[in-house]
Amino acid sequence: MIDSQVLERHGLKPEEYDRIVKALGREPNLTELGIFSVMWSEHCSYKSSRVHLKTLPTDGPQVLQGPGENAGAVDIGDGLAAVFKIESHNHPSFIEPYQGAATGVGGIIRDIFTMGARPIALLNSLRFGSLDAPGTRRLVEGVVAGIAGYGNSIGIPTVGGEIAFEPSYAGNPLVNVFCLGIAKASDIVKGVASGVGNAVYYVGAKTGRDGIHGATMASAEFDEKSAEKRPAVQVGDPFMEKLLLEACLEVMQTDALVGIQDMGAAGLTCSTTEMGSRGGAGIEIDVALVPQRETGMTPYEIMLSESQERMLLVAKRGREAEVERIFEKWDLHAVKIGEVTDNGFLRVRERGTLVAEIPNRALTDDAPLYRRPVSEPDSLRELQQLDLNVITCPADNNAALLALLQSPTVASKRWVYRQYDHMVRTNTINLPGLGAGVVRIKGTDRALALSVDGNGRYGYLDPYRGAMLAVAEASRNVACAGARPLGATNCLNFGNPERPGTMWQFAKAVEGIGAACRALNVPITGGNVSLYNETDGTAIYPTPVIGVVGLLEHANHVVGRQFRESGDAIVLLGVDCGELGGS
Amino acid sequence: MRFGVVVFPGSNCDEDAYHAAKDVFGQDAEYLWHKDTDLKGADVVILPGGFAHGDYLRTGAMARFSPIMREVAAFADRGGPVLGICNGFQILLEAGLLPGAMLRNRSLKYQCEHVHLRVEQTDTPFTSAARSGQVLRIPIGHGEGNYYAPPETIARLEANRQVVLRYTDPQGRQDDTSNPNGSVHAIASICNERRNVVGMMPHPERACEVLLGGEDGRVIFDSVISALARGSEKPALLEVGRRA
Repeated sequence: MIDSQVLERHGLKPEEYDRIVKALGREPNLTELGIFSVMWSEHCSYKSSRVHLKTLPTDGPQVLQGPGENAGAVDIGDGLAAVFKIESHNHPSFIEPYQGAATGVGGIIRDIFTMGARPIALLNSLRFGSLDAPGTRRLVEGVVAGIAGYGNSIGIPTVGGEIAFEPSYAGNPLVNVFCLGIAKASDIVKGVASGVGNAVYYVGAKTGRDGIHGATMASAEFDEKSAEKRPAVQVGDPFMEKLLLEACLEVMQTDALVGIQDMGAAGLTCSTTEMGSRGGAGIEIDVALVPQRETGMTPYEIMLSESQERMLLVAKRGREAEVERIFEKWDLHAVKIGEVTDNGFLRVRERGTLVAEIPNRALTDDAPLYRRPVSEPDSLRELQQLDLNVITCPADNNAALLALLQSPTVASKRWVYRQYDHMVRTNTINLPGLGAGVVRIKGTDRALALSVDGNGRYGYLDPYRGAMLAVAEASRNVACAGARPLGATNCLNFGNPERPGTMWQFAKAVEGIGAACRALNVPITGGNVSLYNETDGTAIYPTPVIGVVGLLEHANHVVGRQFRESGDAIVLLGVDCGELGGS
Repeated sequence: MRFGVVVFPGSNCDEDAYHAAKDVFGQDAEYLWHKDTDLKGADVVILPGGFAHGDYLRTGAMARFSPIMREVAAFADRGGPVLGICNGFQILLEAGLLPGAMLRNRSLKYQCEHVHLRVEQTDTPFTSAARSGQVLRIPIGHGEGNYYAPPETIARLEANRQVVLRYTDPQGRQDDTSNPNGSVHAIASICNERRNVVGMMPHPERACEVLLGGEDGRVIFDSVISALARGSEKPALLEVGRRA
């Protein structure tokens, strides 16, 4: 039965268990415990980060959708919206680089098209240990191949990104993936369930045992036994997702949907409770109706599975046949597995027998909210005691420059981006390699510039400033393309929040992001937090990664990034403060 | 004139081909769903790039079982112009409408980059507006574009002038470094014996607008548009192809 070992395996603390008992008015059964464990995991509940994230600026006249939905959206004129978000898939990519990265791409794409937007571009921000350390090459090759394999196959161009190599990330690579889509501003679809009696449909791939407790795994550190967590990594099928994307966009055009959400982390559990919560409704489903690709799956397994390429949707009354017809055209499963209710409960049945019954609010709005202790690390004050006078200048500046250009983080990444299809959909104006990606918007004269940028070392030395610089860099890259930044999304990669030093870094970084976003008038429209990025007690550098989207009124006015004519003047803007840049 | 762009589950360059035909070249264009058997009066059929059927079994292997392919084959048999781009070329090979096969790039990696192509033959519907020896800068995007056929087949293709485009350097010289994927004889495009079915690995639809980096792909579309306007490339196919 449920003892301390079971609790530990579920990533739940004894105090959290007590809260569960209080919320239910009784002890939970194992299925209910599983449901709580994934919904209350750091990855799904943001329990350590919510109090800080609430301080971020999220408003602006151009914001159509701020944090809280599957992705954010900004108005780009002509009745259109740019829908975008960034997400992390760090832990799965360490365990299984190809599939971890591939399913990261798959997941963020679903977050975009579930809002009714056609995805048109991808970016990624990758961080690994030193390139010559053992194991790094395997990670890099696997991650790049996974991103390429998934993105190319589904036909969405990867138009830019960044890659850094730093020992800090050796045991905890960072794979942050960003996706941008275009929707009609008036047709943005929400992940909401409402209308008592409306049918709840499961569409897409069959459910298997892959990825169970993926959310829990992403909410914990690694140790020697981490390789055993392999089955917790999901397996992706980009072809299936392409079909799902086309079918979902087609069904959304019919206006037959009340709401739709992808099944990502915590699969069926997360989508049902979140959709129910947003609609102030309840959802009742029977897991026996869920298409399964393995035999003998228990309700626990079905509710927690993170099998990819699945969506949950609520159809308007009377429109069910239309919905089923469209999915059938694309040879996809579309099965009614339940109904919307008005009691605010998530009720799970198996062949009619009730196997789990939990108030939605307990899983979402009333999930634990922690204000964890923060404390500036002593080591940081020591680090800041640097006397610039002890630094000697290089004897040979030319040699120093070549050494810089040769360092893997600075050197050309062509060997990476030529593996990404960056031209499919014939919108790409700026090819990868320098600064922001730029894609035109067909049917208009406009274009969007997009960039993801982050830093670790700066944040390590000064988390507040480092985070500000990440926002500034992404905004600058977009501005340098000739675009006005409209909105930002953040991916916050940090260590264990239960350590006051790490939590201090996080809190400072969020403050820094807020300050920079306010100064630059670039609101945050959504994002992702990845905590517990540490191995054997050592955390990564605090690494905020920021994605910024900007608008060019005229696609033809994109600003180039190369020296052109001999004799042209080179102008340096800004003030040189004689800094070392954290080198 | 009307372009018919076939859409298989997993095709992802269909919208690009449609956009080129309709928005860039101002022609009529229709999507042809793989489960249908109606070519909708298309004067020219394009099999676009992508990952039809998820490359299940082999790239392009499953597409020949789609109902639309029977009609495409019949259309080709009547002399109708058919262009297979990238995955479309792979599908034409698997469907037996063109000889040979595609292997993985010799780098074993997907490659997305610009390459240079030399026009070898100008008597196909898709190169009739080009000059013999003209060099075109057009992008590729593929992981399996390494064209292969047994030596006898290659010899026959060369003898019959069925090699339409070859990978070269910007000056039109063929050498190993300018061959992006290891294709035999640097073959980037071939046609059938009748010269109405052409397969090409590079993506001309990605090179029709200066904004996107170049216009050398235009000549592929210009060729078939002017060829059909002249009426020289098809006997009775235009009338047979159109709906009443």
